[in-house]
Amino acid sequence: MNKQRIVVVGNGMVGHKFIDNLIASDQSGQFEVITFSEEPRLAYDRVQLSKYFAGATAEDLALTNEDYYQAHGVNYVLSDKVERLDFINKEVITASGRREAYDKLVLATGSFPFVPPIPGNDQPHCLVYRTIEDLEAITKSAKQSQVGVVVGGGLLGLEAANALKQAGLSTHVVEFAPRLMAVQLDEGGGQLLRRKIEAMGVTVHTQKATTEIVAGEKCRYRMNFADGSHLETDMILFSAGIRPQDELARLCGLELGERGGIKVNNYCQTSEPDVYAIGECALWSGQIFGLVAPGYHMAKVALSHIMGGDEAFTGADMSTKLKLLGVDVASVGDAQGRTPNSKSYIYSNDVEDIYKRIVVSADGKRLLGAVMVGDAEAYGTLQQLCVNAMDLPADPNVLILPAVDGAAQLMGVDSLPDTAQICSCFDVSKGAICCAVQAGAQNMGELKASTLASTGCGGCSALVKQVMDAELTKLGVEVNNDICEHFAYSRQQLADIVRVKKIRSFSALLESHGTGHGCDVCKPAIGSILASFWNDYILEDDHIGLQDTNDIFLGNLQKDGTYSVVPRVAGGEITPEKLIVLGQVAKQFNLYTKITGGQRVDLFGAQLNDLPTIWQQLVDAGFETGHAYGKSVRTVKSCVGSTWCRYGVDDSVGLAIDIEDRYKGLRSPHKLKFAVSGCTRECAEAQSKDVGIIATEKGWNLYVCGNGGMRPRHADLFATDLDSDTLIRYIDRFLMFYVRTADRLQRTSVWLENLEGGLDYLKQVIIEDSLGLGAELEVEMQHVISRYQCEWKTTLSDPAKLKRFSHFINSDARDDNLVYVQERAQVRPAREQERISTVEVVEPALV
Amino acid sequence: MSVSWHVVCRSEAVIPGTGVCALVEGKQVAIFRTFKDRQLFALDNFDPIGRANVLSRGIQGSIGETLVVASPLYKQHFALATGLCLEEDVRIPVYEVREQHGLIEVAA
Ligand SMILES: Cc1cc2nc3c(=O)[nH]c(=O)nc-3n(C[C@H](O)[C@H](O)[C@H](O)COP(=O)(O)OP(=O)(O)OC[C@H]3O[C@@H](n4cnc5c(N)ncnc54)[C@H](O)[C@@H]3O)c2cc1C
Repeated sequence: MNKQRIVVVGNGMVGHKFIDNLIASDQSGQFEVITFSEEPRLAYDRVQLSKYFAGATAEDLALTNEDYYQAHGVNYVLSDKVERLDFINKEVITASGRREAYDKLVLATGSFPFVPPIPGNDQPHCLVYRTIEDLEAITKSAKQSQVGVVVGGGLLGLEAANALKQAGLSTHVVEFAPRLMAVQLDEGGGQLLRRKIEAMGVTVHTQKATTEIVAGEKCRYRMNFADGSHLETDMILFSAGIRPQDELARLCGLELGERGGIKVNNYCQTSEPDVYAIGECALWSGQIFGLVAPGYHMAKVALSHIMGGDEAFTGADMSTKLKLLGVDVASVGDAQGRTPNSKSYIYSNDVEDIYKRIVVSADGKRLLGAVMVGDAEAYGTLQQLCVNAMDLPADPNVLILPAVDGAAQLMGVDSLPDTAQICSCFDVSKGAICCAVQAGAQNMGELKASTLASTGCGGCSALVKQVMDAELTKLGVEVNNDICEHFAYSRQQLADIVRVKKIRSFSALLESHGTGHGCDVCKPAIGSILASFWNDYILEDDHIGLQDTNDIFLGNLQKDGTYSVVPRVAGGEITPEKLIVLGQVAKQFNLYTKITGGQRVDLFGAQLNDLPTIWQQLVDAGFETGHAYGKSVRTVKSCVGSTWCRYGVDDSVGLAIDIEDRYKGLRSPHKLKFAVSGCTRECAEAQSKDVGIIATEKGWNLYVCGNGGMRPRHADLFATDLDSDTLIRYIDRFLMFYVRTADRLQRTSVWLENLEGGLDYLKQVIIEDSLGLGAELEVEMQHVISRYQCEWKTTLSDPAKLKRFSHFINSDARDDNLVYVQERAQVRPAREQERISTVEVVEPALV
Repeated sequence: MSVSWHVVCRSEAVIPGTGVCALVEGKQVAIFRTFKDRQLFALDNFDPIGRANVLSRGIQGSIGETLVVASPLYKQHFALATGLCLEEDVRIPVYEVREQHGLIEVAA
């Protein structure tokens, strides 16, 4: 039998989904597929596009790759636009002149950003936000700009505004309507969102119609508005809505809607029966769906129809939950209360900046819609109530009122039917999640891998976790957070035990709460807990067996068994005299020398025997240990700040040195990195650090829980315009709270992501002192600070401890296994091959 | 082949829960003392996986019933009594060790 030939025009999110479903189907052998993409790459995750600004690469965003398509026999053509459809000969013709015949044609051409027809809208720094190439252009333009305007205050516009703000631009949003997110929010929600966004430094202009874009005086451009006002800016991002990409269909005579969009029936067939349209280009019942989940559903329906099935598309839920500029926003169903005779309940809290509204049916029995700004916790519950048309509680108020202590759980996940769709991006039902848990998934990672739930927009993650936990409890599984086989406690529980019971040694803890001998997992963790709370000298005989070799020898172990030497250079500020000493020491001991990203100098290849002499010289010259070996405060990176820089707003170096000196020596679950930037240009890259501080005209802005490294995470803005005292108080509390509650080897970024309640909860604890822990945390920090000692200085003054710094206990000989070669005028360890030719192997005589 | 005992250090040089390295007849020997019952063990100091002389600097512990030391380089565990690696198919030499008159002796 001849295979049926399917041509898919457009390899975006939905086109790819169609192909992926086909690959997964058991009838895939009967079809041959070819897909065309106008873009230079296969499908990527447009929903997560903004992550590109936070460092995600095109590869990270990719939904598939060429190997995968090849392995499954999918033909693809990139960077070639389909320009004509020939329904008579059943062919498509591309820009490059290629012709491909089809039996079934699937149009998945998506949409394009609408750019309002304003004179001057086609200038070089007028851009849109849809593809990876667009983002590259935005990044480039932002680098040459100080001020940026986003035209359009909808969902995408605000996401774009966030990107501009993160790029350090003074950011404005210009909206034609009287409020932000006019489609998803009502008046009250829009107002609060505006207030919150403005508090973050983004200026919002509503009811502005741009009439022209002309040359500016202070900035590159000037936007003139219909009301006579104007705004100067260096770049403009248009995000004024999307339009279905129906050009092909229009050209070739497919039936379109009045305002565009390719008309489809319930099976996603267009006016030509062998031609289907799916995703954002398709118009169903007069509606375009600008979200990915309905597109995915259409992909499923079209494939089913091609294969002879009868699945139908009957509309989609357009509820959304998002974080826009750090603000939780959610919209469910009829958010504006347009249904005749509907009634609303509104909860509005100006102190905590929360707005919630639910719209219920005339009889008060059904939820029709909801709006949430500032607190979208209830989204999962409300969306399910609405979509499944479930009975409302007798007093619907409880759905939006803050939970009072002791109040019963409103609506447990138990009340959801098994068919309830929990993850709309991947169409995962409650039943499917429960099945996966029954089949062995015990944590979010495993569950995501087996069901894909919550791997799309992530809006459902809280609900997925609830369903999972409920199912686990039902199965009698207790989630195991034990640190290792020797202690049936998590790191946090152990920390509490140590603190509450005032336990001061590992053996005491093992005796009272553990079994066996301990291991290389629990020992260092408990060593770190003991050090965090009591700050005893970590090399006391009692503690020494708990420490990693790095902590014992106060250096970083390298692959050949030697150590690195890293003195503290607070804030990266160093005198010429000290720099010379570093050079002299490196030269004398033949150490490989490299500048680190944390603005200090690493000296590599120090042998155990030499470490004390090296450090004696450094300590004599005024250096202290840099704790590069420990799970502790590493560096506070800074830019040169207002003392020298023409743009500096405040003394970033001074603050960096103060902070580094304050927290040096603090032991923590993982290393801690800080940075201070003297202005919003952010040269110190503070937003990629555990604690980042940026000077503004009004004070310090504090960012927390950022990370570079293996899994980069952009820091969250935690508090703004702080004076130095408040800043230090918040950091004290933040660090101590992290030390107390994080798991072993958990960076602040991961800790925050796992912290129930997330950033808002953290703010409550630190800023509002909701747990009443503030004073206690500060006292604990003060205690740690007061007990600071330079571990190298202490070690050097204790001859007994110094004895350890010898490779052999019974000889001054050195490790004869160390072999070095020269490279770029410095030493490096020989590779195995080089070693064989350099070392004369002497076999020790057999006794 | 005759085995002779070599005095390597005083007893208190090996703190419970830690290890030291001794040079015995040209060989690098790692000597460990457990912290619970203060037992002594001696193994070769060379980590055959990381290919460096570092085992005496590893953290001790137990995996199930087996007393082990973890390599400080890549964390594989070696049984103190047998030298067997728990994760990979390698075994390192073990040596006899004893304590007499406040001194530690190794046979090699
Ligand atoms: C920044 C951003 C954030 C978003 N956030 C969310 C969100 O949080 N939640 C959500 O549900 N949705 C979100 N969306 C919307 C979501 O990305 C879209 O709904 C989804 O991408 C639609 O998929 P599609 O395949 O229909 O279109 P697309 O993904 O746009 O794919 C269409 C593809 O077809 C190609 N094409 C068009 N014409 C031709 C032709 N003639 N020949 C060859 N190729 C052609 C295009 O170049 C494109 O690659 C977001 C979108 C953006 C831009």
